[in-house]
Amino acid sequence: MASGDTMLNKPTAFARLAVLRARPIIGVLPLLLLAVALPLVASGYLMFQLTLTLVYAIAILGLNMLTGYSGQISLGHGAFYAIGAYITAILITRFGVDYWWTVPIAGLVCLVVGFLFGLPALRLEGLYLALATFALAAATPQILKYNRISGWTGGVQGIVFAKPDAPHGLPVNADQWLYLFTLAITIVMFVLAWNLLRGRIGRAMVAIRDHPIAAAAMGIDVSLFKSLMFGVGALYTGIAGSLGAIVVQFVSPDAFNILLSISLLVGVVVGGLGSIPGAIFGALFIEFVPDFAGQVSKAAPWAVYGLLLIACMYAAPSGVAGLAGRVLASVGRVGRG
Amino acid sequence: MNGFLHQVLSGLTTGGIYASLALALVMIYRATDLVNFAQGEMAMFSTYVAWSMINAGLPYWPAFLLTIGVSFLAAALIQLAVIRPLAGAPILASVIVFIGLLLVFNSIAGWIFSYTIKPFPSPFPSKPLWENSYISTHEVGAIGVTLVLLAMLFAFFRWTELGLTMRAAAENPVSSRLVGIRVARMVALGWGLAAALGAVAGMMVAPIIFLEPNMMSGVLLYAFAAALLGGIENPWGAVIGGFTLGILENLLGAYLIGTELKMTVALAIIVLVLVVKPSGVFGRIVLTRV
Amino acid sequence: MTSLLEASDLRAFYGSTQVLHELAFSLDEGAITAILGANGAGKTTTLRAICGLVRCSGEVRFAGTRIAGKSTEDIVRLGIAHVPQNRGTFLSFTVEENLWLGAHISRDKSRRRSDFDRLYGYFPILGERRRQQAGTLSGGEQQMLALSRALMSRPRLLLLDEPSFGLAPITVQEIFRIMRRINAEEGVSILLVEQNVNLALGLSDHAYLLETGRLALSGPSQELRRHEAVRRSYFGS
Repeated sequence: MASGDTMLNKPTAFARLAVLRARPIIGVLPLLLLAVALPLVASGYLMFQLTLTLVYAIAILGLNMLTGYSGQISLGHGAFYAIGAYITAILITRFGVDYWWTVPIAGLVCLVVGFLFGLPALRLEGLYLALATFALAAATPQILKYNRISGWTGGVQGIVFAKPDAPHGLPVNADQWLYLFTLAITIVMFVLAWNLLRGRIGRAMVAIRDHPIAAAAMGIDVSLFKSLMFGVGALYTGIAGSLGAIVVQFVSPDAFNILLSISLLVGVVVGGLGSIPGAIFGALFIEFVPDFAGQVSKAAPWAVYGLLLIACMYAAPSGVAGLAGRVLASVGRVGRG
Repeated sequence: MNGFLHQVLSGLTTGGIYASLALALVMIYRATDLVNFAQGEMAMFSTYVAWSMINAGLPYWPAFLLTIGVSFLAAALIQLAVIRPLAGAPILASVIVFIGLLLVFNSIAGWIFSYTIKPFPSPFPSKPLWENSYISTHEVGAIGVTLVLLAMLFAFFRWTELGLTMRAAAENPVSSRLVGIRVARMVALGWGLAAALGAVAGMMVAPIIFLEPNMMSGVLLYAFAAALLGGIENPWGAVIGGFTLGILENLLGAYLIGTELKMTVALAIIVLVLVVKPSGVFGRIVLTRV
Repeated sequence: MTSLLEASDLRAFYGSTQVLHELAFSLDEGAITAILGANGAGKTTTLRAICGLVRCSGEVRFAGTRIAGKSTEDIVRLGIAHVPQNRGTFLSFTVEENLWLGAHISRDKSRRRSDFDRLYGYFPILGERRRQQAGTLSGGEQQMLALSRALMSRPRLLLLDEPSFGLAPITVQEIFRIMRRINAEEGVSILLVEQNVNLALGLSDHAYLLETGRLALSGPSQELRRHEAVRRSYFGS
């Protein structure tokens, strides 16, 4: 009789998925239309922020698949984001590769690196894995600044490159094109994740998370699986990093510090563990709330942000998705009862 | 040889700081199954409180003791008012709350005290003992204070009724409640003690690395690593891990890779150790029933 | 006989699942009462509900005081002691430290020492092993320790969850003999949850039979021995 709370509150996650599974198109279509229409109404800076939001959503989705579904905590995804970003920057400036090719390349490299990192890392559980990944994230700026490789990485100053132009013939400017390009990739990544998690792989992940011994007994190759999931999570974050670099047109070591990894984790929890739509809420939170906090208090913006984080956890300990799930469930009860 | 001894001795000093903070982390973990990621920032804030008192004219040791008291009380309150209400929620929610606390303390410190580096006084004379060139008097003093503190804590937990009760509450909260122990109060006490440890660590390290809002972030990382290296449930492991890391850090920096990649390599070594021994050097493997 | 513990309309929940349904029962002062039932009937939950270890609603009165909704630490201070199913031993502490912790709520330190002697009198083996780490004791010894720990607080009501579980018959007899002594000599009322129906009915004055969280039967133990439903429960249903 398993009574209790696993760390990651599994029953609601799957219940929510079931609700959305029933009517995915109905929920998603209006949002999609809204997203596509946004460039018509949004100004330059807001466009930029929304594009970055999409980028973070992909990264958060990657981390969510790892933490929310397979139960492995990673505090180091900033490192994969950085790798993706730097690959893009280096390919564009040193090798003249077109920006759209850099995205899948970054993703693949991160898949491999993530998988390789996952192989030894999977021996560690919970806190120990958190430390190992935290070490990775803390070390990233230091490594990026390292003198010996600054020929490639541009050292402390980083790399700057030009904003890509919109393709000829399309009635959009460069900013709008970047947004739509990012949106397209975001949709693809989300659909891929949806399919992955709905099927056997998703079930296997939940099995491994909740009852690893039983899962192994049932023939799931737990070690291979965990490493693969690490790789996939890294792939997503690497793609996000690559897109992020293109949007910002700049990479530098200090941009990828531990705060980035922490922000991604915040995004996962605020959005809701194990929730795909939650990734969007999480991304909106980490992109817009710091600005808002800065407006509330110029002197101590992060204090306001911290207080908002605490308030958020009180209001919705299972994230926005958890809150939505409870609302939907109680509506269901009212309907039945 | 000169340099080596110096590195080892000053490594003991910083190692003592890591040990104190690691012990604080382990205490809270044993009582609540949570790692207080905000421990470093709380220690930093305590140090600023001490600084304010000293700046206002209070002599060092009264300020020292008062800071410990204030830190103790504040931490106990934070545990009861902010952390405890989320006890039934998913663990990651508490983790985010810790991150929130971390940000709040760091930002408010920067706001009230500014980000400029400040010197922090040492209660020990600046003349090296017996004119030696290996270790400053402050470093000797800091090691001494750390050891005294650790000894007091050990005595408290081993030989007092309250210490026994706290240990029981950490080991088996349900059974503790069944004998009437007010577990919530014990946890708050644990937080208070951990904060007191952190405050002392901060006040001992500040004269060396100078007082500024970000001074404890590297220290916390090492303390976390030391705690894990020693086995997160093991207080002795945390202390030994802390001292070891302090020495290791210095030797690596001086002889192997230079200060640039010091942190990276130290962390890499820790991760490697954990891969070989996933529950820490002194950690116990807990068998779970399927 | 006055009523020491009275419960009415007692419901208990694990999460959103209700496991006890409107239970009503009462325990007489100085009596030994048994709760019987198959696995999952809710026997352990009833004890936990009395102690405040599980979410419940309804009325529970102990010596006239409302205890439903109070915290475990406060309920224990009123004079109830609970020996849980897993014994709840403080494994890394010594036997004597476990007993010391058991007396946590009593202010009188000197009385504690005489209480040690009293309990070592009941269970000499504990006296022999007083400095031994509790985790190294055998199952039977741990049960004796758990029982002794509960008695250190000088309770008026002792709740025992499956004291015979996993123990050799000789040890069980010993423990039950001591329970009879404690009840007779010190007037401690006992509420006993037991799967071993024979033992339970042999020791107790009055018994309740639970089936899936509901009270199915209640009566003097002698009568229940002959009852069909009890026999069914004995053979497992």
